[in-house]
Amino acid sequence: MAMQTALVNGRFMGDPSHEYEHTELQKVNEGEKVFDEEVVVQIKEETRLVSIVDQIDKAVAIIPRGALFKTPFGATQVNRTFEGLHLSEIRKLSSYFHFREAIDLKNKTLLEKADLDPSLDFMDSLEYDIPKGSWSIQMERGNSLVVLRSLLWPGLTFYHTPRTKNYGYIYVGTGEKNMDLPFML
Amino acid sequence: MGEPPPNPDTWSQERKASQSSERIRGSRESSQPLITIPEDGGYQPPLLRGSQGSRGSQDFQGAGLPHWPQRPSLGPESQGEEGMEYRRSMSLRYSYPPEEFSSQEYADENIMMQQQFPPGLLEQLETSYQDQGAGLVDQFNLYPGGYQASQHGPYLRDDPSLHLGPAGLGFMPFVGEVPDPEPRELAVQNAKAYLLQTSVDCNLSLYEHLVNLLTKILNQRPEDPLAILETLNRNTQWEWFHPKLDTLRDDPEMQPTYDMAEKQKALFSRSGGEGEQEMEEEVTDSPVPNIMETAFYFEQAGVGLSSDESFRIFLALRQLVEQQPIHSCRFWGKILGLNRSYLVAEVEFREGEEEGEEEEVEELMEGGEVMEAHGEEEGEEDEEKVVDAVPKPQWKPPPVVPKEESRTGANKYLYFVCNEPGRPWTRLPHVTPAQIVSARKIKKFFTGFLDTPVISYPPFPGNEANYLRAQIARISAATHISPLGFYQFGEEEGDEEEEGGAGRDSFEENPDFEGIPVLELVDSMANWVHHMQHILPQGRCTWVNPMQKTEEEEELGEEEEKADEGMEEVEQEVGPPLLTPLSEDAEIMHLSPWTTRLSCSLSPQYSVAVVRSNLWPGAYAYAVGKKFENLYIGWGHKYSPENFNPSLPAPIQHEYPSGPEIMEMSDPTVEEELALKAAQEQALAAAEEEEEDEEEEEDEDLED
Repeated sequence: MAMQTALVNGRFMGDPSHEYEHTELQKVNEGEKVFDEEVVVQIKEETRLVSIVDQIDKAVAIIPRGALFKTPFGATQVNRTFEGLHLSEIRKLSSYFHFREAIDLKNKTLLEKADLDPSLDFMDSLEYDIPKGSWSIQMERGNSLVVLRSLLWPGLTFYHTPRTKNYGYIYVGTGEKNMDLPFML
Repeated sequence: MGEPPPNPDTWSQERKASQSSERIRGSRESSQPLITIPEDGGYQPPLLRGSQGSRGSQDFQGAGLPHWPQRPSLGPESQGEEGMEYRRSMSLRYSYPPEEFSSQEYADENIMMQQQFPPGLLEQLETSYQDQGAGLVDQFNLYPGGYQASQHGPYLRDDPSLHLGPAGLGFMPFVGEVPDPEPRELAVQNAKAYLLQTSVDCNLSLYEHLVNLLTKILNQRPEDPLAILETLNRNTQWEWFHPKLDTLRDDPEMQPTYDMAEKQKALFSRSGGEGEQEMEEEVTDSPVPNIMETAFYFEQAGVGLSSDESFRIFLALRQLVEQQPIHSCRFWGKILGLNRSYLVAEVEFREGEEEGEEEEVEELMEGGEVMEAHGEEEGEEDEEKVVDAVPKPQWKPPPVVPKEESRTGANKYLYFVCNEPGRPWTRLPHVTPAQIVSARKIKKFFTGFLDTPVISYPPFPGNEANYLRAQIARISAATHISPLGFYQFGEEEGDEEEEGGAGRDSFEENPDFEGIPVLELVDSMANWVHHMQHILPQGRCTWVNPMQKTEEEEELGEEEEKADEGMEEVEQEVGPPLLTPLSEDAEIMHLSPWTTRLSCSLSPQYSVAVVRSNLWPGAYAYAVGKKFENLYIGWGHKYSPENFNPSLPAPIQHEYPSGPEIMEMSDPTVEEELALKAAQEQALAAAEEEEEDEEEEEDEDLED
């Protein structure tokens, strides 16, 4: 599905049943002849929407370190004793994790792995995101609120009140990835 | 530590009665027959001293007596854990067998005590200890576990039931019936004493910690507490040592919050003196806009900042108005940056209040130009001296398009920015056409610091403040709209055939504006018009021919004048005139550049018409009745359906044209030189022969 929706560019229409048309050249065998035929592929907007939501979630949904923990039996649970990040940690990207299955953990060196706590550090942190600098961290009102904004998917905002349990993220935007990011940094 | 509460008087009195049958151990000195010095009486005096020190002498009896448990068993709970702990620790200090006490020490102590306490009191307590010594050891032997008498001896002594043990006491128990303690109770008490040991590192005993932990679990009742037992354990310990209330010391981590709060506190204070006059002035004529009302309408549209922040922005604008001579002011919007964001205010100064900065900048520029003219003259003089002139480059920088005057075109308004309400406002410089042209070619995030250089290709002429100003100018020109009819052209209209065809560039509010119904505003884009001038490709709003000669250019040599003439044919750039409706705007890839919406489709009578720009995501406008407003909240970049393509670097410049006069000739080879030499010699020889022939002929002529 991701491959299909990657063909579609531009803004969303607002109508889930709207169909995008994309013409492709496909080789069609008819008997002994091989020629290119233009095939019009139709993609519905709702599939595109589903795919985009999934991509955004996998790419930029984040969670502070310590909010979830992994029991020795393997199950992941909400940490009821999570009291929020400390003020010394909120400016660091390593205090936030991607809210998805870990992709990069096994590639770490043993030295790095030695510092990790297996019950807390079982997701990818934001520190190693490519391109570097694709997150903007800002503090509101001194240190009372930390806001992370993604520059790769502009519109994704994560907030957290340090030393409390409040955190969350929301996406409000056009649903398009910012492919110009390397030029803009 | 808690003060041991006073003991019941009855008990002490009855204690006195029990002296008679007490065993008397050896005593060193006694002025009275009943004074005894038990071997293990040492437990008591220090305790007395300790408790005496903490209280006045009023509660003499209470201070004098150690606290005995009120109940026969498990006394500690009645007094609280601390008191128990105190005694326990005391008891533990003396956890060596009674036999080790030296009677001499206690003799001294007893003397001291006797001076302060009624002797009867002292006696009875000491004797009670005596009895325990014998009785307890017997009791210990009942247990197969084999507790060491030393460890539990003192502890068990505290229990009245044991004190009043039958062996050797000979008097009836007086605090209710205290039968012989059962073995099980003893075991429980032993276990508790063990648990109550304080840890080596700290003041916390395992008993207290477990009590805290279990209380916490029972209060919170989490699901599956066994799974989170370790974290709960860790947290309970952590909380014991890190109480949340620390009133003695400032929390260093909260410092930035306090700083920010201090700055914003200044916003909330009224300026100058107080009094009714101040109030009236502010109510009647203040250019500060009604931010809260605007924020309310935008909130209907689902756009805007939190009401908290809006109010602080309002206060910050009020502060700006007080500091600068401002005629009208408007909150333009918020541009997000990487490290900090910008709040932008659009401002118009009062008539005649021109900024001193502008003049300084102009002087600098003029000074620079004069220097350049001098340089060229000197260069020409040098050239005359040097025969072989260095070929002069024929490339000339394209002429600079002059920037627009203040209060016209793109520089119609002045812009102030600040990072957060409470911080000082900074003025942005006027924008030059070169900057706008450059800004169209690059796409960069703002960092939040105005003096950051903008590193890009093509190189941006300026730093982040200039780039910000250029983007603000582009956004304003493209997205500031108003309902049709709100503004109208002034009555003094100039000819439309003016230079450049720019036409009218000024407008005024229409006093007869009646407001357009919300539904109509949403339906058709023709009901909205731009009220900011469109920026031409040149970078200005009114076109200027850059080829027009200025005074400086006339100083140049003739050659350059000829070059100028060749490039004079520049087309005049025309843009849509002011107050064109939005329906004339170009589309983006079959998408309308504007999207309209009713703020609430369920109640159209109370809803607001909202227009959103698709070209500049983040630009919004609302209108209802006679009110309208524009706002921008976003990153400050234009939307383009294609990916950003950076400009290619310029083509490699040509070198100077190479003609034969500067071409290097190749040196002749050896053969050519020899051949040339031979030819020269031949010519020379031939010339000599001719001369000889001529001389001969002349001689012959002479001879004749």
